[in-house]
Amino acid sequence: MKQISKIKWHHYINYIVIAILTVVFAFMSFGGMLDSSTLYMLEKMAIAVMLAVSLSVVVGFLGELSLGHAGFMCVGAYLGGKISCLLEPFFDNGMVTLLISIIIGGIAAAACGIIIGLPALRLKGDYLAIVTLAFGEIVRSLFMNSSSESFGGSLGLNTPRYDKNSLFIIALLLVLVCLAVLQNIIRSKHGRAITSIRDNEIASRATGINVTKYKLAVFSISAFFAGIAGVLYSFSNYTVQSTKFSYNYSIEILVMVVLGGMGSINGSIIAATLITYLDITLQTKLTGNLAVLQDLLYSLILIVLVIYNNAPALKGFREKYNLKNTLNGIFKRRNDPARHTDDEAKWDRVPTKIKVDEVLSVEIKTTQSTVDPDRKEKE
Amino acid sequence: MEIIETLINGLSVGSTYAMIALGYTMVYGIAKMLNFAHGDIIMVGGYMIYLTMVATGNALLGLLAAIVFCVVLGISIEKIAYRPLRGASPLAVLITAIGVSYLLQSVAQMIFGTAPKMVNIANLGNLQMGSLKVPYYTVVTLGCSFVLMVGLTVFVKYTKTGRAMIAVSEDRGAAQLMGIHVNRIIMITFAIGSALAAFAGFFMLMKSPSLSNTLGAMPGIKAFTAAVIGGIGSIPGAMTGGLLIGVVEAISFKIPIIAPYTDAIEFLILIIILLVRPSGILGKVRREKV
Amino acid sequence: MSEIILKTENLGISFGGLKAVQDVNIEIRKKQLYGLVGPNGAGKTTVFNILTGVYRPTTGRFYLCGEDITGKSQETINHKGIARTFQNIRLFNNMTVIRNVLVGLHNQPEFKCSMVESVFRLPRHFSCEKRMRARAKEILRIVGLEEERNLLSCNLPYGKQRKLEIARALATNPKILLLDEPAAGMNPNETEDLMNIITRIRDEFDMTVLLIEHDMKFVSGLCDEVTVLNFGIVLTKGDTKTALNDPEVIKAYIGG
Repeated sequence: MKQISKIKWHHYINYIVIAILTVVFAFMSFGGMLDSSTLYMLEKMAIAVMLAVSLSVVVGFLGELSLGHAGFMCVGAYLGGKISCLLEPFFDNGMVTLLISIIIGGIAAAACGIIIGLPALRLKGDYLAIVTLAFGEIVRSLFMNSSSESFGGSLGLNTPRYDKNSLFIIALLLVLVCLAVLQNIIRSKHGRAITSIRDNEIASRATGINVTKYKLAVFSISAFFAGIAGVLYSFSNYTVQSTKFSYNYSIEILVMVVLGGMGSINGSIIAATLITYLDITLQTKLTGNLAVLQDLLYSLILIVLVIYNNAPALKGFREKYNLKNTLNGIFKRRNDPARHTDDEAKWDRVPTKIKVDEVLSVEIKTTQSTVDPDRKEKE
Repeated sequence: MEIIETLINGLSVGSTYAMIALGYTMVYGIAKMLNFAHGDIIMVGGYMIYLTMVATGNALLGLLAAIVFCVVLGISIEKIAYRPLRGASPLAVLITAIGVSYLLQSVAQMIFGTAPKMVNIANLGNLQMGSLKVPYYTVVTLGCSFVLMVGLTVFVKYTKTGRAMIAVSEDRGAAQLMGIHVNRIIMITFAIGSALAAFAGFFMLMKSPSLSNTLGAMPGIKAFTAAVIGGIGSIPGAMTGGLLIGVVEAISFKIPIIAPYTDAIEFLILIIILLVRPSGILGKVRREKV
Repeated sequence: MSEIILKTENLGISFGGLKAVQDVNIEIRKKQLYGLVGPNGAGKTTVFNILTGVYRPTTGRFYLCGEDITGKSQETINHKGIARTFQNIRLFNNMTVIRNVLVGLHNQPEFKCSMVESVFRLPRHFSCEKRMRARAKEILRIVGLEEERNLLSCNLPYGKQRKLEIARALATNPKILLLDEPAAGMNPNETEDLMNIITRIRDEFDMTVLLIEHDMKFVSGLCDEVTVLNFGIVLTKGDTKTALNDPEVIKAYIGG
């Protein structure tokens, strides 16, 4: 009995919620209670959550800014889609095709993740951001200019259909897998090593953490799940268009991560779900000339939220009127804000503060540094 | 001959990029932020030129209006969106800048619609020198941007405000303690950057008259690439990077096999240069002191 | 005489023509508390940076327990057995005190647990976490931070942050501990406390310590041997008392 009571429910809250939702929706779907637009929305939400959570590991936990997440998704979508086209004639069961293409798409994206992780070893902050952005655009341009027999070129690649009533179940199950893998890594000694790199890379090296290994690992795992999200996307859309994967989409994913609160996986999940919901509902509600209102609203909300959440001048206001304190007041909970219990589930609640100087400084590989004088640039 | 023509064309495109890159690099160097909305200021300038041309038919008047409007816009964006976030995490500032970029694009789309507008600034014809034939606009672009860049360099090097800019970019806190009005310097930086963006918009429309709400998006990204290649924060670096990207683009367009991959090639150059010199060609190496 | 832990041979580094450190020859024996002193800018921290692999020396070599580890990467040098603290404190600020120490324990062979084992939550993951936690508490007890283990490290007072850095370095199970101005910014009581802690670490772990310090009382009270650096050159070295009373050294400090 004592063993059971030791299970900490809040560790698993996100799994439980998603699992329950999956089961509920699965029953509803087989009972024919869900229309195609709801199914479409569920697929898109699962894809967005997977993208946001995988990016959140790079940005929130490793502390590197990546603007190329759509590039990994692009690799997954095209390769996975192509593989499924090739495999379709051989397997009657769509499931086998789907699983094989998911694995291959994920692995291909992970390989790209390692490639993009290599510059991450030498570059930091905005420099890395522009390199990842460049990578995404290169990948997109390669697929866009491919021949029509290989990847469909500018017309896009047509992918096989998959049973609409059950694709979202697979997507949600994959979200659970993604969450389990990423969360288990973060809540382990490896997660500690990764966050130590974010907090202070120099100290991390001096403490013997293999920074190279962890950076490459995080980039490749994150890319792996982005690739899987890409494969799901290709199955959900029947066609893959390279225009979808421009840097704007990477930015949209980043926005989900940032709005969800950096370094909070649950926040990313909620933000991804909400943004996708708003996107799709507004798309159907606002048509014609009103469509632009959606972008307008979206950008205004973004600006206001970020300023509200981050402006140093509003700090006092935020502390006075925030949801958490109000709730604590209602439920008469008292906790000392300075004291953090070292509970694994709360590791990701600690706010990330990336200092300006740390982001802006370019880490050249310090081991080989005999400074040559002309590097001391005079402007 | 064709090689020389291509080179001149490349330098002209490159000088437009350089002008946008200067805006990125100065704002980055002084306000320590990546102004993602910079490319969209070009677009706003383009629409100002369009409006003035419709009203008066004078392109130079349009340029003037664009400069004034862009400067006002740049300063107001800085004041409303970026200044409250001074001292906040750079990522927050970056996201706000992205928001501003989307906002400008959607407002422009709401006012002017999605269909591209045609802005025929002037048909200047071609300059013929022996067998060398170059369009006049490339010469105009090259000449103007050369003058602007020299002017900017002189301004930064020899005026009090310029030196204050360098001081703020070196160490904002220390500059403030020395009595430099940091907010005003940052405001001036945004103003200069936006004015250069208006010029860039003018040159871009001179080259191809089609104007839409995404006019500045891709050139913005490329100019940012150029700024990073040259070493972000460095004014000569932005010029070098811009010209380099322009020449590469012009040459790549001329070779049929690689022409579709022009963007990819430019980005590849960025990655390679950063891997060899992590802070760009002329960039300062900031080393964290251990 | 006990065995030599760290030995440097003509160690030197120059930055673009400027010779920051030249011809440093040090021999540190097991369980020794060795001091590295000198006025500001003498190159003490540079020596530390060379010894921990941040810089690659331009001349000379250094040996840990007879093994040449010159030019190895920072991580490898740490794995071989050199751990350090920093002059300007470098803690993992967004982590609790105990997690800082747990990061230090990361590479210990007895806590080996691969990423795959963690992903699938195999039994080794749990046993490993449990043992690491116990060990971290034990280390925190030695430096006197057991009470504060659940505080965020950035909320600790200055003196305790320095102690936490020592604890983290200690967690990597080094053969020699390099402390860069451990007593800087501490009041006399804290300094005394720190001296006790360092002696205790030496006794309990059979630890060898090389430390940089400006507080001469601290150095003469703790170290049995010192090397004095000035302008990157070894001014004198040997027994603490004699070395510190050397007229050359006094001149260098007072500036004659």
